[in-house]
Order: sequence, then C-alpha cells, then structure tokens
Amino acid sequence: MEHFPLLTFITFAPLAGMLLVALMPKEKLNWIRWSALLGTLPSLVGAVILFLDFDRTTKAIQLAEGPYKWIEAFNIHYYFGVDGLSVTMVILTALISTICIIASWKITKQVKAYFVLFLLLETGMMGTFLALDFFLFFIFWEVMLLPMYFLIGIWGGARREYAAIKFFLYTMAGSVLMLLVMIAFYLYAGTFNMIELQNQAIHLGPLSGEHFRLLCWLGLFIGFAIKVPVFPFHTWLPDAHVEAPTAISVILAGVLLKMGTYGILRFNYQIFPDITVDMAYWMALLGVINIIYGALCAMAQKDFKKLIAYSSVSHMGFVILGIASFTSEGINGGVLQMFNHGTITAQLFLLVGVIYDRAHHREINGFGGMASIMPKYAVWTTIAFFAAVGLPGLSGFISEALIFLGSFKTYQGLTAIAVTSVVFTAAYMLWTLQRVYLGKENEKYKAFPDISRREALCLLPLAAIVLILGVYPKPALDMMRVSLDGINEVLLKHGDRVATMLQSIP
Amino acid sequence: MNTQFFIDYAWIIPLAPLVGFLINGIGTFLKLPYVRSKTVVHTIACGALLLSFIFAVGVFLHLSSLEPEARSITRYLYTWLQVGSLKADAAFLLDPLSSVMMLIITGVGFLIHVYSIGYMADDPSYSRFFTYLNLFCFAMLLLVMGDNLLMLFIGWEGVGLCSYLLIGFWFKEKANAQAGMKAFVVNRIGDFAFLLGMFLLFWTMYDYGHASVTFKEIGQHVGLIKDVEVGGWPVLVLVGILLFIGATGKSAQVPLYVWLPDAMAGPTPVSGLIHAATMVTAGIYMIGRLNFVYTLAPEALVVVATVGAVTALFAATIGFAQNDIKKVLAYSTVSQLGYMFLGMGTGAYAAGIFHLMTHAFFKACLFLGSGSVILGMHHEQDMRKMGGLKKYMPVTYWTFLLATIAIAGIFPFSGFFSKDEILWKAFEAGGHISSWYYVLWGLGIAGAMGTAFYMFRAVSMTFYGELGARAHEVPAEEASHGHDDDHGHHGHGDHTPHESPKTMTFALSVLALLSVVGGFLGIPYALGHFFHVPNFFEHWLEPVLNHGGGHHGGHHSVPPIEYGLMIFSVAIALTASYLGYLFYTKRQDLPKKFVAKFPKLHALALNKYYVDEIYQALVVNNLLRLNNFLSAFDAKVVDGAVNAVGSVVRVYSRVMGFWDATFVDGLVNGVAQLVRQLGRALRKTQTGRIQNYLYVAMLGVVILMIWRML
Repeated sequence: MEHFPLLTFITFAPLAGMLLVALMPKEKLNWIRWSALLGTLPSLVGAVILFLDFDRTTKAIQLAEGPYKWIEAFNIHYYFGVDGLSVTMVILTALISTICIIASWKITKQVKAYFVLFLLLETGMMGTFLALDFFLFFIFWEVMLLPMYFLIGIWGGARREYAAIKFFLYTMAGSVLMLLVMIAFYLYAGTFNMIELQNQAIHLGPLSGEHFRLLCWLGLFIGFAIKVPVFPFHTWLPDAHVEAPTAISVILAGVLLKMGTYGILRFNYQIFPDITVDMAYWMALLGVINIIYGALCAMAQKDFKKLIAYSSVSHMGFVILGIASFTSEGINGGVLQMFNHGTITAQLFLLVGVIYDRAHHREINGFGGMASIMPKYAVWTTIAFFAAVGLPGLSGFISEALIFLGSFKTYQGLTAIAVTSVVFTAAYMLWTLQRVYLGKENEKYKAFPDISRREALCLLPLAAIVLILGVYPKPALDMMRVSLDGINEVLLKHGDRVATMLQSIP
Repeated sequence: MNTQFFIDYAWIIPLAPLVGFLINGIGTFLKLPYVRSKTVVHTIACGALLLSFIFAVGVFLHLSSLEPEARSITRYLYTWLQVGSLKADAAFLLDPLSSVMMLIITGVGFLIHVYSIGYMADDPSYSRFFTYLNLFCFAMLLLVMGDNLLMLFIGWEGVGLCSYLLIGFWFKEKANAQAGMKAFVVNRIGDFAFLLGMFLLFWTMYDYGHASVTFKEIGQHVGLIKDVEVGGWPVLVLVGILLFIGATGKSAQVPLYVWLPDAMAGPTPVSGLIHAATMVTAGIYMIGRLNFVYTLAPEALVVVATVGAVTALFAATIGFAQNDIKKVLAYSTVSQLGYMFLGMGTGAYAAGIFHLMTHAFFKACLFLGSGSVILGMHHEQDMRKMGGLKKYMPVTYWTFLLATIAIAGIFPFSGFFSKDEILWKAFEAGGHISSWYYVLWGLGIAGAMGTAFYMFRAVSMTFYGELGARAHEVPAEEASHGHDDDHGHHGHGDHTPHESPKTMTFALSVLALLSVVGGFLGIPYALGHFFHVPNFFEHWLEPVLNHGGGHHGGHHSVPPIEYGLMIFSVAIALTASYLGYLFYTKRQDLPKKFVAKFPKLHALALNKYYVDEIYQALVVNNLLRLNNFLSAFDAKVVDGAVNAVGSVVRVYSRVMGFWDATFVDGLVNGVAQLVRQLGRALRKTQTGRIQNYLYVAMLGVVILMIWRML
C-alpha cells in the first residue's frame, strides 16, 4: 500500500465507533454519548488532514484507494478517491456529523440504538461521496437510507411513520432508476468504474445511441433530483423535516440533499456531458422554479420548521441554476452553495430545535419577543438568518452572487426571474424574525433560559465558517476550482450542442 | 508632516469602527463587565470614529498635496474573490470623491456619536446602540472606499443591515420591528435591479475583452461598449437605469421611498446619521462613482433627473401636512435627495455631491435638533403639542433655525449654494440638452418653495407661540398615542421642556456652523470671480468627475440669466419662508381656511397620497394570496399526486398479494406441508413492494435492451 488509506479511514471510522457504542451497557447513557462522539471524531480529524493535504492544483482523483478487485465475477471494485467536487462535501459531512452528535445529547429515547444508527448513517454518507465504483456507490447510497428511515420513524414527531415511509419510498423510487442505469452500464460497457465510464471512447462505442443515452441521463437525473429535491419531487422534504428530530433534520438538510446535486455533477455531468448540455436549459428552468416556488411557499408557512424546509428547496434551486450555466462562475458558485447551504441551514434547524425543546411547538405566530427573553439566542439567529438572506460579508452571498453572475451570462431572462428571490428571501426570513423574536415578549415563555453552552457550541463552528468564508472565500474556492473548471470545460467541448441549446431558448 | 503615513494606513479608517464594534459587541453579547460602564462604551465608540476622522483628514491632506491627476491611489489588501473571469479585490480607492465621502461619514458620524452620549444616556441598551452605530460606520466606509462594484455592494447591503437593526432598535414595539423589515425588503427590490445592472455591465464588458468590476478598469474601457445594444436598447442606458433603480431603494426615491418615513421609528441620532446624512446618499455616491457610465447614457440621465425632480416636489408636498416633527424631516430628506439626483441627472455631478455634503450638515443638524426637542418635550414628537420652545431651549432653537435657513436656500447659507447650483445646471441643460430639463427645473423651483414653507412651518409650530397652544387640534384618538422614545428617560418629575445636555448642544453647534459656512467651499464661478475665489469643491472633484460639471468647458462669461435666476430663487425662498412663518404664527386662520376649502387635498397630503395603502392592497396582499395559493397547491396537487401514486401502488400490491395467496399459495398447498411452511416464510420477505421493485427493474432492463437494439 503506497499511502495511509485516509479515505477508507474517514469512511469506516464511524463504523468502529458504532461497534464501540454497541458494546456500551444500555443504561450508561453518558458512556454511550461520549463513545458516539469518540466514534465520529476520527472522521473529523481525517477531514482536517484532507483539508490540509488536498492538492488544489489538479483536477485528477487524489488519494485514490484501488481500484481493488472486490467481486470479480461482476467486475466490481473497491475504489475510493477524492477530487475538488467531493472534498468539500466530505469535510462538510464530518463537521455536521460531529455537531449533530453533540446536538443529540439530550435524546432520551433508546439512546444506544439512536447513536448506532447515526454512526452507520455517517459511514453511508461518507462512502457515497468517496466511492468511485458505481456499485460501491449504490451500496453506500442504500446503506445511508435505512438508518435514516429508522431515525425519522422512531425518534420523530407525531406523524413520524408517514414521513419516514414517504422519505424511504420516494428515495427508493429514485434508487430503482439509478439501479437500472447501473445495470445498463454493466451490460453494455462492462464496468462499474465511474472514472472509466467518463472515458468518452466507451460512449462512442457501446454506450452510443442518442435515445439510450438520454434515457440513462433521465434515469440518473430523476434519481438524484428526488434527493435534491427538485420540483415537483420535493414534497417528501417538508414532511420529513417537520417530523425528524433536530439533529436528523440538520443531517438531512446539511448533507443528504447535497448527494443529489453531487450525483448530478458526478454522473450526469461527467458521464453524459453531451446530454447534459442538451438538457441544461431545462435544468436551469427547474432550478428557477425551485428558487421562486420554494421561497413563495416558505412565506406561507405557519410552522417554523416547515418554513426552513421550503427555504432549503429554494436554496438548493440555486445550485441547479448555477451548475446548469456552463460558466466557471456558475459551477463554482453552485458547489460552494452546496457547502454554504450545509452550514447555514444546519444552523437554522439547530435554532428551531432550541426553541422547540423549550416550547414544544413550532407555530411561528405562537412566539413573539423571544429576543428580549433569550438575547444571545437572538444574536445567533440573526447571524444565521442574514446568512440565509445572502447578506454580503457572509458566505451565502458569495455563492449566490457567483451563481447569478454565471447564469446571467447564459440565461438572462431566467436569471432575472431568479434574482427576484433576493426580495422574497428577505421577506420570509425577516418576517419570521419579526414574528418570533421581536415585538412584545410572550408572557408564557418569560422563564425560558437563554441558549445553553452545548447549544452554542453546535452553532459556533458553523457561524464562524459562515463569517470567514464571507470575508475570505479563497480556502473553499481553491479546493474546488480546478476540478469544477475541468468538468465545465468538458461540457464546453460540445460547443455545437451548446450553441444549439442556446438558440433553442425561448 | 509626512502625510504618506495616512495613505499607508488608510485601512485604519474602516477598521477603527470595526474594532469598536467588536469590542462593544462582544462585551454586550457576553455581558462582560466593561460594557456596564457607559464611559467605556462611548469612549471606545466615539474614539474609533475620531481616529477614522483623523486618518480621513490625513488622506485628504495627502491627496491635496499631489497633482490633481495623481489623486487616485488604490490600496490593495487581498484578493477577495477570483472565479472564472471575475476578480474582485479587497482594496480601497483613495481619490477626491471617496475622500469627501470619508470626511462626511467620519466627521458627521463622530458628531452624532458624541450627540448620542447624551441622547441615549438613559437607555438600557446603551452598549448595543453604540455597537450598531460603529458597525454602520464600518459598512458605510466600505461602501465609499471599495475600489470595485462588489465591495460597494457589500457596503451597500451592510448599511442596509445596520439600518434594519437600528430602525428596529426598540424592537419590543411591533411597529418599530415592522418598519425595519419594510426598510430592508423595499431596499431589496432596488437591489434586485442593481444586481442585474452589475451583471449586464460585467458580461457586456466581457464580450469586449474587459470583464472587470473595478471602477478604474470600467472607467477606462466602458467606451468600448457605448454603441452596444440589447433588445433595441443601448446597453449602457439599461445598465444606468438598472443601477439607478437600486439607488431609488437605498436613496428613497419615487417609487421606493416608502420605507424612509417609517424608518423614523429608530432613535433620532440614527435618523440623523443613517437616514439623512450618510446611508441614503449612497445612491448619489454610486452615480458619481460611475459617472463615466452615465455620461455615455444620456437617456439614463434623463430618467435619473426626472425621478429626482418629481421626488423633490412630491415629497415636499407631503411635508406640508405632517404633524410629527420627524416625519416632516423625513419627507424633507426624500425631497432633498431628489435634488441631488436632479443634479446628477443633469450631468452636474459635482453639484449633486456638493448638495450631498451641505445636506449632511444641515439635515443632520435638523434631525439632532428635533431629537433635542423630543427629549426636551419628554418624548413628544407631535408639533401640535409643542410651541414656544424658543425660550426653554435656546441652543436647540438657534441651531435649528440656522439649519432651516440653510435648507430653505437663503443666501449666503450653505443650502443656497448647493441647491442653486443644481437648479441652474438643470435650467442650463434645458437650453443645450433638451427642453425637458426646463420642466424639471420648474419642478425643482416649486419644490424649493415648498421646502422653505414647510420648514418654517415646522420652526413656527415648534419654537414660536405658546407651549401647547395647538394641543386641542390633536384628535382624541391620537392624543394618547405613544411615540418611539418611550424607552428610558423616566423619572423627570416636572414636564417643563428643558435644554439638552452639553454633548448634544456641542454637536448641534458644530453642525449649525457648518450649515452656515459650508457653502463657501463651492461658490459658483458667477459669484466667485468677483473676488477671485474659485469653486474649491468642483475643482477638488474634477479628476474624478471630469466628464461632468458643465457641458461646455471653461467659465469665460456668465450669462446674465444666471444672476436673474439666483435672485429669483432667493426671492421665492424668502417669500415661502415668510409665509410659512406667518401662517403658523400670526395668521393661523389662513391654513385652517385652506383646509376647510380643500379638505380632500389636505387629506391627500396628510395621508401621504395613500401610497402605503395602495402598495399594501396591490402588492403585499396579492403576494400573500399567491403564497397561500402555492402552499395549498403544493400540499394538495403536488403532494396529492405523490400520495395518489402511493395509493395506486398499494392497491396493486393488494391485488398481487391476493394472486399470491390464492394461486401461488394454492399450488404450494398442493405439494407438501414443509414446502408450504417454507413458502410462507419466503412470502413474508417478498412483500408486494420488493416484488414490484424487481418487476419494474426487469421491465426497465428489457426496455433499455430494446432501445439499444433499435
């Protein structure tokens, strides 16, 4: 072995943690919690090493492990690697997972099972971002699904079972499509290797055939679009978020949604760049629908958490719009938005959790004046809310501005519509801020304690990242830029298709 | 003295208030002991501004020691954002325009900080107030010092944030919180257009090989795209109008001015600093900064001038009927900003910026004066309950009066020089650009008349006559209506008005002095050449605004009509001032008769032409309706479809389950008990769903194979 298998370590360390948790006696709750934290820390350390060691000058796969033969009969390999597209996602996953363990400290129902499932989930998430063999990827994708189903279904709110089943089936439906394409790849190209599949020689030979390619593209796209979620496949999200416990909502919004856009960039963009170009306008259109529709729906919500869920629909639309623009600005902005949305929305869900833990409801109109009762909590909220609004100086602005700038070059009309979201986002976020935090304090809640140290500890790293990247986005952009520009250049090689596509824009 | 030092350390100018913000902010957040001392808090906050001011003066001195062409220095800090063709640095541009703005922001800002020591003395959130105030100064300085459009935009939004926080400073009152939200959201409507304008400019320049956001590069290469058209429109006209729409938000012009009057919910120093002297002038600064774009887009300039002139008159007429002293000043600010845009839109950029400066002096003085009155009156803002305050608050009275004379445009106070310059340039433009400018000049003159009238009305109602003589005019339902400053300042036993503390009168006096003499910095050639006094201000800005400041070079001869118009406008200002005085002192019957004769007209002005109500009905309510419709659509139609698919699959699995149980199982039954057991066990794992899953998978593979063969 030529180097320490850092990626395998990052992926499977939580699994070791899971075993540790499983060994703990059931009634020793604190032992279980601390060992869960211990189980997630190695991945975080690994992510920090990854951040430091990552070569920012190449678009090639780095720190590759494999491909090692795994199931030889079907040419399936164990193959891990990281590039500018996945590296920020791995770091995000490690960070959010650790924070979520801390945020889950007060879980009292079947604590051991909770953390066991949680750590399994983390392995699933990491593997999904790091696997470079389609079969391996698919396994991790499914591994992630199952713990999520139980975490919502057992530890969730009143309608948890409905939400869990809906989440599960919906994602499963997407998985079926993905599975089909995977089988098709194997039957015709004879490989699951995602890097080999990018070799366009295969595409001129066994995978040629315009309709076939389009069908494969659609299968993958719908599978991933459900996860993003792209309109009209988004309705599982508000249900899942409302019912899921706080930490699980954080994971869901902070990490899981990004798997959709990650998949689109990894599979649709790199394996079928030509079809991607043909479909780009429709993707951009869906992105804009997400942005506006999500924002307008958010404004109508009465449930705090549902509002944040719809804001996620809106903010993930930016990613789609950005990556569909074939510009360096757009695609870099899009992936940066994936990271920023992870850090910002995680804060939003944590903040809702803080107030829910105290009041046991989430009615926006049922609060009022919380800033007078919990002043520190209000400061944290203001930072996160304005980050979500896209205030310059905070990270959300950088990615939104890059996305708009990039997409304006390609789709002026659509972008003009999308930019109206700067008004709507401000409206629903500030209206919420006003109804929940400002005004006269609600007598019922006067005795609420301000945000606790543990709660603040969860928010602190996220808020710090939001502030730092707003002022100095270079660390994040440098990691992704070379790889993403590479992906974009491959798209632009299909210049004739780009031209046709642009001409067909109504 | 080596002034190079100030250039090298120019970053201290924005940094000092940032550090002040951090020290007081962290202290307030963590409830650290030092913020309990008001002295510590305001020493840090005011000290930060004083330091910035000293450095701003140093930068000014250094620039003035250079040759005019060399007065443009970029201080690079680091590369902020570099992606694709976009490169934006964190860098400061030190030139005559930014140095004027820096001096105004730090100078007036410092005075208002000092004033706030007295004004906010009894507020429980003293340290929070100074924290926000420092943050505001930081953002405002970024706005004017940034060397590129993106940095300007950071400052632009940053001041918007501070404005939001400070309008809603007393957020326990729902109305204040709503006013803050309104300000931010309405500003965002402008930002929408501003962003599009930036993108359009950037990509058009990109097509011509010079994609850039820095002002210097845009200025150098913008000529390349002056004939480019988009959809039949010259692209620079579109850019100019889009950016200007952004300015109508930030600088409160028609139709986006509606947030500014509501913004008076904030503490009065905030109204003076943010909503009069500095932030609201950002739009004017932006046009001055991008004057090279506007000069190439004359149609956009006409739009700017027209909106400015219309706003100047429109807002002045609302000012006639307001009874809240701060509301009068708010509409007056909207109106004066209109003059600045009229100046910019005439291409007389230096005149517009000059009015920006004199306005910062006299309007800050007026707002702080009103704050002093409000404090002296124990938190009363209704002028009908005032009167006769002259004898109780002499310093406030005199400073307020001087600033009023200045705003009215009476010679030789500062407002005369700046406003008259704008009106003259507009008139002149009527001759050599388009006769449309004569109309705009007419609107401007009418507005100037209105300004003098409503300002002297305010002075008369507040300071002359007898205290409370007009109180019976207040309708009963409004009488008990509390105003913004209900917080703090308790425990005044008697209710006699009193003069304000020294910190406040000090700031008032300095600003009043500046209001009186500030105009001499920009004496027009028509007057100055008699005494060989140049127009310092215009010369100072010339390197930046070399396209503007008059369309025909040198000032060799002064047309006699310029003197005629000067006399005319002073005469008008004097008459209107006198009427404003007369109607609200000796002849109070006259305005009452007017109101009785034209009740609808009065109601229209009193209710601000019902613009808020119209917006509420047309925009806000319809938007909320759309939101509710979409939300219901989402739950019933989109999610309904998902659930319907779910139901279909469920029914299908039941059918399959029945088939399984009856036929497949029946077959199994016929074989053997053991096999049947096994079959049952297997069936449990084979739920309908997994079966479907496989069926569909198989079906799909078949379809794909068929496609492949075709």
